[in-house]
Amino acid sequence: MIGYMDKIKEISERILKEGKVDIIVGFRKGSLPMMNEPCVVKKAEDVKNLVWDSNCGINLVNYLTNRKEKIGIIAKGCDTRNIVTHIVENKIKKEQLFIIGVPCTGMIDKNKVASKVDSEIIEVTENENTIKVKTKTNEIELNKTDLLQENCSICVHRNPVVYDELVAELIEEPKDIDRYASVKAVESMSAEEKWNYFEDLISTCIRCYACRNACPLCYCPTCFVDESRPQWVGKGQDKSDIRTFHFLRAFHCAGRCTDCGSCERACPMGIKVRDFTKKLEKDCVELFGWEAGMTLKERPPLDEFKLNDPEDFIY
Amino acid sequence: MSDWEPKIVSFFCNWCTYGAADLAGVSRLEHPTNTRVIRVPCSGRISPKFILAALRKGADGVWVSGCHPGDCHYIEGNYYARRKFALMKNLLEHMGIEPGRVQFSWISSAESTKYVTVINEVVSKIKALGPRKNFIKSKN
Ligand code: SF4
Ligand code: SF4
Ligand code: SF4
Repeated sequence: MIGYMDKIKEISERILKEGKVDIIVGFRKGSLPMMNEPCVVKKAEDVKNLVWDSNCGINLVNYLTNRKEKIGIIAKGCDTRNIVTHIVENKIKKEQLFIIGVPCTGMIDKNKVASKVDSEIIEVTENENTIKVKTKTNEIELNKTDLLQENCSICVHRNPVVYDELVAELIEEPKDIDRYASVKAVESMSAEEKWNYFEDLISTCIRCYACRNACPLCYCPTCFVDESRPQWVGKGQDKSDIRTFHFLRAFHCAGRCTDCGSCERACPMGIKVRDFTKKLEKDCVELFGWEAGMTLKERPPLDEFKLNDPEDFIY
Repeated sequence: MSDWEPKIVSFFCNWCTYGAADLAGVSRLEHPTNTRVIRVPCSGRISPKFILAALRKGADGVWVSGCHPGDCHYIEGNYYARRKFALMKNLLEHMGIEPGRVQFSWISSAESTKYVTVINEVVSKIKALGPRKNFIKSKN
């Protein structure tokens, strides 16, 4: 994907100069390896700072919310689905955006990379399919496919859904992937095992809310975690509060989550928070035939109903 | 433990199930007393927050009931609710709340006999599960 870099810069510079957009939302190099950071470019001469590689897993749609300018955004498959969600939810208008679409080959998980070496990583560089990791003592080359973020390894919507211009030809979407294997594994457990599975999963949660903050769907002016009258979720480390937080965060993303993985990537404790959202994603497909962000023409599942919706669980 | 009785928090829609419960009462239909009823304007008003709060404060079960689809006082509130309930119930059970702790029904205000049937069903299912052990907020 680093091959996209020149094209991204070329398009960005052109649309800034032509006045089609006021800003570009993209990535620049971070201060640590594998930590590209979101940035806003306002002047054509600054597009040189833009980067694109396999460390752009943060969902940039998070940075569109409530902005007034005309925005150019560099968007991979999942990002464009979140843009669609924003448009459908009347959070932004398509006319305000120039979408630079990126056919995505997946983002790498920095924790996976770190687990392959035993000293501090100094530099990470990449080619199309390989990642070169340099530490103080060593240099190794790894296959990108072994390092993908979990959500990327099961992603079947890598191509942008909406775009104004593409940085490269559309790619072939992976087939024969079981996207819900992780959900099924939990579904096959007993209630007690499920309880313990999630107890274990969130046992290290420090309630920093990074997962919420990284998610483009979480734009409520007052998040339920901050409500105080009544206070639905306590602020301490009570286990039932932590679980309530995770339940409600996920539930608020029901039918909207694109499995972009931004939440999971942001978690400083490495908690697989997608285990909650993934179940809702699967249910939305199975119960309502819905996948988030694929079309501008349909209402999201909780803003709609069918007369014959499933109700075998109701007396 | 044999004389243990579950406490069940019930959310009833004002226009239907609440009326049915009332009718069952004035008709002197005998039924269990395990429920603590909270009247809501519509089943569409139910938020997962309510259900989680009831469970965390120690309810052994939660029962949500509204008008039959097509009979909603607000035309379509329960249709939206139905989708929400499906996802909510599945996610609760997915994270380890036993199936049956949270129950749903449609009971119109004329159906006092259905009310009695369902309350018996709800109570016996929750009784069979026993007292809740997890997801209870500690009291400090
Ligand atoms: S989820 Fe798909 S589109 Fe998004 S970064 Fe991963 S591979 Fe790319
Ligand atoms: S919940 Fe996580 S995976 Fe879903 S859209 Fe938000 S950040 Fe992406
Ligand atoms: S980012 Fe991780 S530690 Fe922070 S609140 Fe979310 S799950 Fe908990």
